[in-house]
Amino acid sequence: MNKYPIWKYLLILSVLAVAAIYAMPNIYPPDPAVQISGETSGTQISQSTLERAVDSLEPQGIEVIGSDVSEDGVSALIRLADRDHQLAANELIKEALGPGYVVALNLAPTTPQWLRDIGAQPMKLGLDLSGGVHFLLEVDIEAAVADRAEGLASQVRTQLLEEGIRYRTPEITEDNHVRIGFRTDADRSEARTLVLEQNPDLQVATEEEGALYILDLAYSELAIRDFEERALTQNLTSLKNRVNELGVAEPLVQRQGSNRIVVELPGIQDTAEAKRIIGKTANLEFRLEHNPNRSAFYEEFEFMDVTVGLGTARLDRDEILTGELVSDASTSFDESGRPQVNITLSSEGGTLMHRATRDTVGERMAVLFIEYKSRAVEQINEDGEVETILESYSDEKVISLATIQSALGVQFRITGAGSQAEASELALLLRAGALAAPMTFVEERTVGPSLGAENVASGIKSIQIGLGLVVLFMLFYYRVFGLFATVALSANLVLLTAVMSIIGATLTLPGIAGIVLTLGMAVDANVLIFSRIREELKNGAPPQSAIKSGYDLALSTIVDANLTTLIVALILYLIGSGPVQGFAVTLAVGIVTSMFTAILGSRALVNLTIGGRKDLKALWI
Amino acid sequence: MSIPKKVWDFMAWRKIAAIASIALVLASIGSLATRGLNLGLDFSGGTLIELEFVEAPAIESVRAELSNLGVEDAIVVFFGADTDVLVRTASQMVSNCESDPDVAAQAAQQGRVCADTLVNSLNASLDSEAEVLRVESVGPQIGEELREDGGLGLLAALIVVMLYVAMRFQYKFSFGAVVALFHDVLITLGIFSIFYWEFDLTVLAALLAVIGYSLNDTIVVFDRIRENFRSLRDVETEEAINISLTQTLGRTLVTSLTTLLVLVVLFLFGGEMINNFAQALIIGIIIGTYSSIYVASNVVLSLNVKTQDLMPPEKEESDGEFEETPYR
Repeated sequence: MNKYPIWKYLLILSVLAVAAIYAMPNIYPPDPAVQISGETSGTQISQSTLERAVDSLEPQGIEVIGSDVSEDGVSALIRLADRDHQLAANELIKEALGPGYVVALNLAPTTPQWLRDIGAQPMKLGLDLSGGVHFLLEVDIEAAVADRAEGLASQVRTQLLEEGIRYRTPEITEDNHVRIGFRTDADRSEARTLVLEQNPDLQVATEEEGALYILDLAYSELAIRDFEERALTQNLTSLKNRVNELGVAEPLVQRQGSNRIVVELPGIQDTAEAKRIIGKTANLEFRLEHNPNRSAFYEEFEFMDVTVGLGTARLDRDEILTGELVSDASTSFDESGRPQVNITLSSEGGTLMHRATRDTVGERMAVLFIEYKSRAVEQINEDGEVETILESYSDEKVISLATIQSALGVQFRITGAGSQAEASELALLLRAGALAAPMTFVEERTVGPSLGAENVASGIKSIQIGLGLVVLFMLFYYRVFGLFATVALSANLVLLTAVMSIIGATLTLPGIAGIVLTLGMAVDANVLIFSRIREELKNGAPPQSAIKSGYDLALSTIVDANLTTLIVALILYLIGSGPVQGFAVTLAVGIVTSMFTAILGSRALVNLTIGGRKDLKALWI
Repeated sequence: MSIPKKVWDFMAWRKIAAIASIALVLASIGSLATRGLNLGLDFSGGTLIELEFVEAPAIESVRAELSNLGVEDAIVVFFGADTDVLVRTASQMVSNCESDPDVAAQAAQQGRVCADTLVNSLNASLDSEAEVLRVESVGPQIGEELREDGGLGLLAALIVVMLYVAMRFQYKFSFGAVVALFHDVLITLGIFSIFYWEFDLTVLAALLAVIGYSLNDTIVVFDRIRENFRSLRDVETEEAINISLTQTLGRTLVTSLTTLLVLVVLFLFGGEMINNFAQALIIGIIIGTYSSIYVASNVVLSLNVKTQDLMPPEKEESDGEFEETPYR
């Protein structure tokens, strides 16, 4: 007799019911939408602001199907009827709201509230399906370490000057040691004490070079490693801030390996904007304009003056502070209605700024913008072949040069920063944070939204046709049992979708291929069982015991065969990236769910329908 | 367990099959060594731009326009439809230059490709409307890393599988399974090399899936061989293998058929981006099905597998030298 206890039927049924519920959000396609948020994190979006935005669209014939402010009040979504209007709507709203707001394209979920309440969400779509950009950035840690050695040199120089110790200009070696020469041994030991007081973790060595007494300063291995770690974290944070500025739905900013960062922005249509903001691998420095009475060292930079035109600015060689110390920046209008940028520094930054500006009122201060770029250069490698490598270089320009009106502290403003757009961009760059180490793009992929939609369509079509053909074949070949297999296969599809949605897996094009492949392979378990049943019948076993031994005998084979495929999927996940990982995930999840439905599910069906019939003479198999 | 009425004498063909397999593997290795693989963007590095035109453009004019822009090494082909054009070049990095003509000029000077500039000038010169569907740019060091990781992944998969089969069955079976897998992977790679089809990340994923699938097949057969060894004591090894293959043949064919069915659907309807993947799997699965019958079992037979090899672990000490009778 083939019977399951009642609880087993109920268990299978409830698993499938839960799966069906959690798979459901996937059938609600998201609405194209425009998202509004404040430029600074504290800004609340009021109902009237939202109305102003909505009102700007209707005269242009753009149909709005819904608009609401988020629960915490910091962002609002305007849902549109037509995806083609998304870009136009974005521009119109930007214009209508003016400065102070970030307006970005988004996709609004249409999952019913009761589903959202229980945490049911649709599967995330990978970039190849939703369209969007993928960047892989490499952090140039070496440059950051070299930068730091330079900082040390300039700090020591200032110290020695203040104490009146005579020294030779410090030299920075290739391995980032700072070497300073002194005339006498006494000077050197005095300097040594002084430097160590400020930087207790430095490694100090002494050396004689002709008549010079050399002090050799270096950061310890541990300190450098610690610094590298912090630099990467700082870069990651800055990138996250910048990405948040874009207001993209579900962006991904993730560290990869020891010195790379992945940025993925799904669903965005206007890739240009994203590239511009993310692509600004930049740092900012505040420097005083050079004054020969103060110091002998200066550097010259290009400067585009609003009134004078292109010229050069002569700045102090040492910066007051860099962009890491800026904690907030926003735009507003000054008394005469010109745009201004309001800056808030961290307390450390405030102290530095105050120290630098208390005695320099009336002089000018510059904001120096340093952009790190890369270019392709051909070089000859060890084997004598010409290969193309990417060389990084930096592009430095002064973006603002303004007179210091009073001693500055934690909060101050920059006026005369040009147009409203320029002020906004300056604020954004200040706010989004600086990068502790320069970065270069080593990989970028852009998938247009239409290709993404096309991929989804062909993926769904493949699943439908594939499922149809497999079902036809199974019905033809195994008849009634083919029907059981079909039900199990459909349940598998639901279960697979539900598990993918629950674990928050990302669906990619190879992932869809994985689903289709799973459809083909998932029937394998049923095929194994059914052919075993057929054999048993041929050997003269009565139907009920044929069913029983068919399922029992095939079990170990199914487990063996599926476990090995699972291992392969795991390896695939570990070595793969992006889309390939998507394939690995669907393959692995598909194997597990198919074992559940093909073994337990189909057995339950068999038991429920014919398992209890003692008079069963033959099986339609 | 009884013997099926009609047992196919699969192993009668084993010598011919072995020769055919060896010939195919050698041809594959030969082609891989001389021609190599047509590495896709993921592995070679470079830039790829997919454009969709409203009206089918002439490939030559796209090519001419590219060399006007200073991109000399570009490969331009139709992709799927004659309005879809794929441009591939070894040049690096695409930056968004539409808004900034200076950047575009600079990019061209540095041998970089700028998608927007290309589209704008194509639109102007061809009097057509083109849309950028996809831009991918992979740096040379990334390509190299992916190549290394890919090779490593394949090796790791094979080693783990070998250990698993050795643990579940016995080392002779493990050896048979792994030889079959090498056979499948090498021949699939060989076919990609001979026809010079593009080998990209998705094809690598497909190869790993082939390993999983082929192993699946092989294990089903081995499972049956083990079962028959234990139940049919007075049957010769070769006969036992033939019986096992005959018993599993139906299942092997049905599963291969359903899998091939969905793969062909994927190949036909899945879109251009999935074509290579489907192609690799179709080939791999055909070869994998063949190899589970004629390579894995063949190797196991050549290794002179004995009933004792598959007795429960207590009887492990038998290594085939002493023909001791297992107790009944």
